Amino acid sequence: MASSTITPIAPAAAERATRAHPRGSGGQLIGAGAAIAALAIISMFVGVSDVSLPALLAGDQTAWDIFWISRVPRTISVVLAGMALSVAGLIMQLMARNKFVEPSTVGTVESASLGILVVTVAVPGAALLTKMSVAAVFAALGTGLFLLVLRRIPLRNTLLVPLVGIMLGGVIAAVTTFFAYRFDLLQTLNSWMIGDFSGVLRGRYELLWIVAVLTVVGYLCADRFTMAGMGQEFSTNLGMNYNKVMMTGLVIVSLISAVVVVSIGSIPFLGLIVPNLVSLAFGDNVRRSVPWVAVFGAGFVLACDIIGRTIRFPYEIPVGVVVSAIGSVLFLCLLLRKRERRG
Amino acid sequence: MIHVSDVSKRYGAQTVVDGVSCYIKDGGITSIIGPNGAGKSTLLSMMSRLLPMDGGSVSIDGLDVTATDSKQLARKMAILRQENQLTVRLSVRDLVGFGRFPHNNGRPTAADKVHIDQALEYLDLGDLADKFVDELSGGQRQRAFIAMVLAQDTDYLLLDEPLNNLDMKHSVEMMRLLRRLADELGKTVVLVIHDINFASCYSDSIVAMRQGRLIHQGPPAQIMQPEVLRDVYEIDIRIEEIDGNRIGVYFA
Amino acid sequence: MNAVGNTASTQLPAALTQHTRRPLKSLAPKTWIVLLAVLAAALVATFMLIDLRGNIGYILPRRAIKVGSMLLVAYAVGVSTVLFQTVTSNRILTPSIMGFDALYMLIQTALTFAIGGQALLSLGAPVRFVIEVGLMVGFSFLLYRWLFTGGGKSLHLMLLVGIVFGVMFRGISSLLQRLIDPSEFIILQDLFFASFNNVDGLLLLVSVAAVAAVSGLAWRMRHQLDVLSLGRDMALNLGVDHKRSVTSVLVICAVLVAVSTALVGPITFFGLLVASLAYQLCSHFRHAYVLPIAVLLGVIALVGGQLVLERVFAFDTALSIVIEFVGGIVFIALLLKGSVK
Repeated sequence: MASSTITPIAPAAAERATRAHPRGSGGQLIGAGAAIAALAIISMFVGVSDVSLPALLAGDQTAWDIFWISRVPRTISVVLAGMALSVAGLIMQLMARNKFVEPSTVGTVESASLGILVVTVAVPGAALLTKMSVAAVFAALGTGLFLLVLRRIPLRNTLLVPLVGIMLGGVIAAVTTFFAYRFDLLQTLNSWMIGDFSGVLRGRYELLWIVAVLTVVGYLCADRFTMAGMGQEFSTNLGMNYNKVMMTGLVIVSLISAVVVVSIGSIPFLGLIVPNLVSLAFGDNVRRSVPWVAVFGAGFVLACDIIGRTIRFPYEIPVGVVVSAIGSVLFLCLLLRKRERRG
Repeated sequence: MIHVSDVSKRYGAQTVVDGVSCYIKDGGITSIIGPNGAGKSTLLSMMSRLLPMDGGSVSIDGLDVTATDSKQLARKMAILRQENQLTVRLSVRDLVGFGRFPHNNGRPTAADKVHIDQALEYLDLGDLADKFVDELSGGQRQRAFIAMVLAQDTDYLLLDEPLNNLDMKHSVEMMRLLRRLADELGKTVVLVIHDINFASCYSDSIVAMRQGRLIHQGPPAQIMQPEVLRDVYEIDIRIEEIDGNRIGVYFA
Repeated sequence: MNAVGNTASTQLPAALTQHTRRPLKSLAPKTWIVLLAVLAAALVATFMLIDLRGNIGYILPRRAIKVGSMLLVAYAVGVSTVLFQTVTSNRILTPSIMGFDALYMLIQTALTFAIGGQALLSLGAPVRFVIEVGLMVGFSFLLYRWLFTGGGKSLHLMLLVGIVFGVMFRGISSLLQRLIDPSEFIILQDLFFASFNNVDGLLLLVSVAAVAAVSGLAWRMRHQLDVLSLGRDMALNLGVDHKRSVTSVLVICAVLVAVSTALVGPITFFGLLVASLAYQLCSHFRHAYVLPIAVLLGVIALVGGQLVLERVFAFDTALSIVIEFVGGIVFIALLLKGSVK
């Protein structure tokens, strides 16, 4: 009947959540965490230069240097970025009450790159922190623009929302490309658009710890985002400051996107597929699913990064490319699955 | 004659039309009635080859609808669905002109013009002929589409809920028009309709469906019986005879 | 914008499926065709002759190839978009938006990956093109036919699936590109970044032949196409074999998109812009009018845009970026107009 389906925060979802109660328990979460730790350890021993456990145990100084300067920072940043982007995607989905939005489908990422471009052109030698701040402001503006456009879609058409978002991102990207082309920065632009952990070294990734903090804040506020997603009247009725909550969400998502884009580049669809897969497995209880989203996001990016590093050894394929290929296939499956269910 | 033989349609595990067989004889109006989800529109779509069937066969004047050349069928039968959204901006005359496509393949002749003018006149659309279809009111629009299928000049006319979205006045006009098409032009009209009283007053024969099955078929006098209607709709319907028509009363 | 709440059937947002406004001016379609043709001819002449100095024997043929490829691209994009929108009964889906040109790029990449860039080059442009177009027709057939032949699918779902198709094709291409030897990759890059400035003359000839062939098919279908624009059910009622027509149009589009992508690379929104404007200008539904208008608008946009960018702003390959920008905004506007009634 209603071909423009309303987002399914419906009885079915709730039912699924209760039925799935035994699943996703604390014990399992610890198990999953252990699996991630195992992946992280593997990640630390994958690479061109010889860093092996025996070498480390033998006290090989070069091995230890590489380990501390490159391998550990890389693994940490993979975990942080994976967690944060996935949680940012979830927050965005709660705020927009739509399962198909995430920073790369609503123009946030594109806006952040535009910001970096502007700062690179205006202040050539700008510090990383400056770049990040400007990128964050642009990301917030871009996302805000999207949320404004969203208000013009009264039906909350599930599919229209990401469509508009993707196109908005495309328009912003066209502006960015145009200026990058004019200022001969296309090459540099590419490095922001395609996420890549190969450049991560000690002293150049620490900004990413910011997103760890933001992820925790996001976790604490998750329920409020759910309520805000129900609309202004709904949340005001529950005695909540709607604008403040939306603003908080906007800031968190924009900051996470900006930091990740500045430090390693964009990882498309991560924030879309991870929360969706988690919701398929454990239902839509937000409080419980946030840790799962974080753990699963970290694991997914770790796996993709390891694939990227080994599939064409000794060359490295950027994680953004791997995730984009896998992610778009999964996105398509999610879309068509929805269709079958309706059919 | 339309011969429906053991026709079925399934969507996954759900059977929407379940082994329906019936004869619809030439001339007159046949109404298909039944509650929501009875499979009425699905059956009509299969009869008119808009929807492939999973089992059974339908023949119209001896032509098997799934095997016969589509254009040949288009000169024998016309189907009008209830939703007719146009992507293109057409004048009423252009729309009606499309009805001639099965005959002229897009190259209009003088004879086509006569057919178009007749159809416009029959539906009293002369003044509106040069208006765009999207400028018309709901009733006028419906008439424009009927004019198109009339210009198609077919013996059989299949209509899916032609009264949908029409108010009482336009509904009555539409039913009278269909009656004239049957009486004056000798067409065989088959329609899916929700209002049992319209079906009772204007049809020569009624086909009643429930849960994908054909459960009753006969003239209005035979179908408009409390037992039969309870069987179809699962509610009690009192029948009153008013001016020679059997009217179902089910509002209280 | 008063659709007078008539048919409450709102499977598709009204604005996407019908024009609620009068077309710009009420000029007859034929007048428009003449006007646009004159303008297009003038632009082409200007492009050929402007600032003509130095070695004319060298410059003129080069410019001719450039203009020739622009004409061909305008034709391919205009025709494929209008036909595609006709058989899918809407005015927002286009082959590019549905990922056709990304599919073509993926096929090129996959071929390079499978048989190697050198081997591919040694086949020569015509053979390579024929193989690629053949694969393109096959795959678009497999991937898209199911999407368009059944009735009653949500327009937004089709759009989103198409866009994600595009993203997926691009994602897999770039993954494959990274897996290819760097030296091979350079060959591929040369194939991709063909712009109007370095079109291969032979490729242009092959393209013209391919386009001529499918145009013949399209011309024979023109009356059927008019009927198809009434939608699937109505077309079936009038005896048009819907499935076969959709299949033919998919083949035509696959060839046309392959031609334009091979010549200039992907330009996502060009078709949408040209077709939307053509519907605005043309008060008549017949494809015999709409198609020429769309093609002429395409020529004017490409040749005119290129002329302005080259001569006024002095940079030339940015035209596609400008088109993406404007096209993206038009697309969003169309989407919103459709949903906010």
